[in-house]
Amino acid sequence: MLTLNKVSLTYKNGKNAVPALEDINLNIIKGKSYAVIGPSGCGKTSLLYLMAGLIQPTAGEIRLAGKGSGKPQQKTALILQEYGLLPWKTVWDNAALGLKFRNVVGEEAQKILYPIFEELELTECLRRYPSQLSGGQKQRVALARALALRPELLLMDEPLSALDALTRENLQELILKLWVRHHITLILVTHSIEEAVYLGQEIIILSPRPGKIRAVVTNPGMGSKEYRHNQLFHQKCSEIRSILEENGQSEHTSQVCS
Amino acid sequence: MSTQARSVHKNSVTSYIFAVFFLLLGWEILARILNSPALPEPLPALIQFIRIFPQGLWEHFLVSTYRVVLSLFLGIALAVPLGLYIGREEKVDSFLAPHVYLLYPIPKIALLPVIFIIFKIGDTSKIFLITLIIFFQILVTTRDAAKKVPPASIISVLSLGASRWEIYRNVIIPACLPEIFTAVRISLGTAISVLFFAESFATIKGLGYFIFETWSRISYTEMFAGILALSLLGFFLFLLIDFLQRLLCPWLYV
Repeated sequence: MLTLNKVSLTYKNGKNAVPALEDINLNIIKGKSYAVIGPSGCGKTSLLYLMAGLIQPTAGEIRLAGKGSGKPQQKTALILQEYGLLPWKTVWDNAALGLKFRNVVGEEAQKILYPIFEELELTECLRRYPSQLSGGQKQRVALARALALRPELLLMDEPLSALDALTRENLQELILKLWVRHHITLILVTHSIEEAVYLGQEIIILSPRPGKIRAVVTNPGMGSKEYRHNQLFHQKCSEIRSILEENGQSEHTSQVCS
Repeated sequence: MSTQARSVHKNSVTSYIFAVFFLLLGWEILARILNSPALPEPLPALIQFIRIFPQGLWEHFLVSTYRVVLSLFLGIALAVPLGLYIGREEKVDSFLAPHVYLLYPIPKIALLPVIFIIFKIGDTSKIFLITLIIFFQILVTTRDAAKKVPPASIISVLSLGASRWEIYRNVIIPACLPEIFTAVRISLGTAISVLFFAESFATIKGLGYFIFETWSRISYTEMFAGILALSLLGFFLFLLIDFLQRLLCPWLYV
């Protein structure tokens, strides 16, 4: 549903051109889940912004279901690192925001939002402001806002990095459940190997800056809540870790060389 | 939450009563130490205030209120939209910033003679002077607030498909509101000082005029009644600004 063809991205920093991503080729298949992992500063977030249509590649092309990617896509929802909730809006208003921009308001919006609030166990705190919520609740509001748009493609940028271990695991299970139930294509950027293996059918490993695709590891075992306790899960984690460690060495070498 | 709000409210009322008491006490002590007719004790001044307010001081009070409120309103109406705009438009800001930085430190109060010539000696010149001065205070604060709106808020709203105007409405304006309110509070103090100066000549109405006039008659208790009226004007407007902030920024009070 989403194809990236020889995509490169270079940031201009004054007179310097800083390459962020180089020669990215990806074919995202509808309904699958992808985890993107790599060292910090490898352009993971930039890759996500490109897929969301928020920034344009400096070379190559991105096509969404046949069409060229331009503006933020109607079928795409993006969840940012620090949840991206607006502190001045209540839970309800935050979740309804995307619908409002599409002129879906009033009863029509309620009809869409209530089942989502129930599914995400948020009905108790609809009138609260983000400052009154726990990290896990904030994340669920961000999920509600994304799901309200009935996206085909859900992009998440390190969505759980600020949460404690237990909340994190609960939310990973929730994301898994939502992915299965809503038939969404999921692309999740993470720096946690366990999270990538738990949630990604395909694990895309990026090399250090400029980010290139180092490897795409298939992870057929994922999809069940219990996978975490499975021997295969741990094997997959080790596999990813060893690829990332090779990466780390090359990062070190490139630093020495430059 | 409402009981909590009520108890906070009750606390603030009690603390105001204490503050008034200590201010009056300090005033009383200072008056006794100075022992000068220029600083009467609080009680005679208060009695004088209560006596002359209904007799005509109220009219000066109303005229001054009108001038300050209108100037504040105009200052906000002009500076806030412009500040929000140039805070978000780097090119416009880089063009306008030098102008603003050159104009901001000019003691505009010294332009009063010129302003009197242009706008004559009526209300317009006074309102223009106050507006001109607070305009820059509010403009600079609003622009700086607009500059530091977290990019993540804007990106998240952009990804939801917001238009430019929707970004202003849903992100930039609410993000800047608390700082705009702070700027308005500071501007209120400035506005009253400038008002006092602007009313000190070429007018026969307003609290500034009243204070100068009673001073020239060496009627110090009346003069202090005027000073009290001016302080009350500031206090009520301060409360009004607080009230408006509670209304427009409810998320700050949860």
